[in-house]
Amino acid sequence: MPPESALALPGAPEGRRLAGLSRPVLVLILLALVTAVSIACFMTLGAKGSWSFIIPFRGRKLLALCLVAYSVAISTVLFQTVTNNRILTPSIMGFDALYVLLKTGIVFFLGAGALTGIDPQLQFGIEIVVMVVFSGLLFRWLFLGEERSLTLLVLVGIVFGILFRSLSQFMQRMLDPNAFNVLQDSFFASFATVDTTLLAVASVIVAAVSVVAFRLGHAYDVLSLGRPHAINLGVDYKRVVVIILMLVSVLVAVSTALVGPITFFGLLVASLAHSLVGTSRHRYVLPAAALLAIICLVGGQTLLERVFSFDTALSIIIEFVGGIVFIILVLRRAAR
Amino acid sequence: MRLLLLAIVATAILAVVSLFVGVSDLSLGALLSTSPEARPMQILLISRIPRTLAIILSGSAMAIAGLVMQMIVRNRFVEPSTAGTTESASLGFLVATLLVPGWPLMGKMLIAAAFALAGTALFLRILRAVPLRDVMLVPLVGIMLGGIIGAVTSFFAYRFELLPSLLAWNMGDFSGILRGRYELLWIGLGCGALAYLAADRFTVAGMGKDFTTNLGLNYQQVMVLGLIIVSLVSAVVLVTAGSIPFLGLIIPNLVSLMVGDNMRRTVPWVAVMGAGFVLACDILGRVVRYPYEIPISVVVGVIGSAVFLYLLLRSRRAA
Repeated sequence: MPPESALALPGAPEGRRLAGLSRPVLVLILLALVTAVSIACFMTLGAKGSWSFIIPFRGRKLLALCLVAYSVAISTVLFQTVTNNRILTPSIMGFDALYVLLKTGIVFFLGAGALTGIDPQLQFGIEIVVMVVFSGLLFRWLFLGEERSLTLLVLVGIVFGILFRSLSQFMQRMLDPNAFNVLQDSFFASFATVDTTLLAVASVIVAAVSVVAFRLGHAYDVLSLGRPHAINLGVDYKRVVVIILMLVSVLVAVSTALVGPITFFGLLVASLAHSLVGTSRHRYVLPAAALLAIICLVGGQTLLERVFSFDTALSIIIEFVGGIVFIILVLRRAAR
Repeated sequence: MRLLLLAIVATAILAVVSLFVGVSDLSLGALLSTSPEARPMQILLISRIPRTLAIILSGSAMAIAGLVMQMIVRNRFVEPSTAGTTESASLGFLVATLLVPGWPLMGKMLIAAAFALAGTALFLRILRAVPLRDVMLVPLVGIMLGGIIGAVTSFFAYRFELLPSLLAWNMGDFSGILRGRYELLWIGLGCGALAYLAADRFTVAGMGKDFTTNLGLNYQQVMVLGLIIVSLVSAVVLVTAGSIPFLGLIIPNLVSLMVGDNMRRTVPWVAVMGAGFVLACDILGRVVRYPYEIPISVVVGVIGSAVFLYLLLRSRRAA
C-alpha cells in the first residue's frame, strides 16, 4: 500500500503508467468491468422462469442494492474528508442508530396508527427531515465545538450508537406488539429482503444529493488538507462542512431505510478505495468507493445466494471483515 | 464506614421491594393468610427470592469483575463488555451448545469461561503488541474485538439456526430466573470474595509491572488470578441471566470518584452499589410497563451508556 498521500500535491498522479493510462484511471476501468460482471451475474445466474418476471423482480433488488452501496460509499468518503481522518465513518459515529431511534421515536410518540394513514414515501420524507435536523445538531456540537481528540470522538460516537440502540429497544418494548412488528425489520441489516417500496423516492433523493455534492466537488480536495489550509485557500469552511454533514445524514437515512444498519461497510469500502487508487483526489476516490461498494454488495450477494445458498449472512461477513480492518487501522495509527 | 452501612441498608430495602413487585399478588397479608394451597408462599420461594438473589449476586459480581479488570489493564474504561470477554463467553456457550448439548449447565459454563479467558488474553496480547499512549484507544480496540467475535458467533448461530437463542442469552433478563436456575451465580460470590482477599495485590498490580515486581510480588500470577476471576464471573452471569453491559464500568468509576482507588476499601462499595444499581434497574424495568417487563440489559444499556458518555466527556474536561 502506498504511503498516505494526503499532502501530495494534486497534479500528475504518481505511479507506473500502462498503455498511457495513470494508475487511478486504470483502477477505475478495472473496477467498472468487475462491477459490470457482478451485475450481469446477479441478473442472470440461477434464473428459472420467464424473463418478463425475472428482470423487473431482480432489477428492483439490484437498484436498491446499488442505491445502498452508492449512499454508503459517498457518505463515508465525504464524512472522512470533513472530519479529516480515515477511521471515522457515519455509522461508527452512530448515524444509522440515530435514524433507527428517530423512526422508533416517531412511532412511539405518534402511535403506529398515525403512520399507517400516511403514504410511506411522505413518511420517509418526514423521517429524513427530522434526521437532518437532529444529526446536524449533534454533530455540529461534536465537531465544530471545542477541539477534541480523534479517539475520544470515535469512542463517544460508538457509545452514542449503543445509547441510541438501547433507547430504541426500550421504546420498542413499550410499544404494543403490532407497532413493534412495523419497526422490527429496521433493526437488522438484511440484503436479501430489501424494502423496495421506497425505491422511487430514494432514487430521487439520492439524485438530488448527488447534484448538490457534485456542485461542491471543487472543495473536497482542499477540505481534506485540513481546516486551516482550507480556510486559507478560500473555502467558506463552516458553510461547506454543514452542507456536507446534511448530505451525509440524508444518504445514511436512505441506506438505513432500505437495508438497516451496517456498521463497518463504509469503512471497508473507503479504506479499500484509498489504498487501491493510491491518491486522495476525490474525483478518483469517490467513484472507486462507489464501484467497490456495488461490487461488494451485488457480487457478494450473488456469490452467497447462488453459490453458497446463504441468504442473510452477507451483513455478518461484512461486519467481520470490516471490524478487522478497523482494528488494523486504529493500531497502525497508534503505532505511528 | 457509616456511609457504607447506609448503602447496605438502601440496597436491602431495594431487595425487599424487589420481592414484592410482580404480577401475582404478594402482599404481606396474602402471605400470612393460610390459604389452602399456600400459593403466595410458593411464588415467594420459587420465583421472587431466587430472582432477587440472582440480581444481587450478578450485580455485585459483574461490578467487582469490572473493577478487577480496570486494575489489571490499568485503564478506567475497560470492563468485560468493552474487552471482548462477554462476546467470547457467548461464543464459548454457543460452541458448548453445539458440540456437547447433553452436558449440564455447569460444564457448558466452564467452556464459556475458558473461551472468555482466551478472548481476554487475546485482548491483553493486542494491547501489549501495540503500546497505546491514548487511554481512549484501549476500550475502542476492546469494543471492536468484541464486535468481531460477535460476528463470528452470529455467523455460526445463523448456520446452525440458533440465532433466536443467541439473541435470548445475549439479552440480560432476570424474568426467567426460578429456583434451580440461578445457583451457579454463587460461584460469582466466591469470585468476589477471592477478589476481596487478593485486593491488596490488585491495588499494587494497578501501579504497573515494575513497581509490582519491585515490591516482591509475582506480577504474572496476579494477572492470571485477575483474568480467571473476570472470565468466570462473565461466563456465570452470561449463562444464567444474560449479558449486562456497562455495569462493570460505571459502578467502579462512580465508587472511585467517591472513595478513591484502594481496592481493599472499594471492593465492598463496588459490590453493594452494583447490587443496588441492578436491583433498581430491574425494579424499574418491571414497573414501567406493568404487567410486562423490560429486560435488564435494555434498562442498564440506556442508563449505562449515558453515564459512560458523561464519564468520557467529563474526564476530558478534567484532563
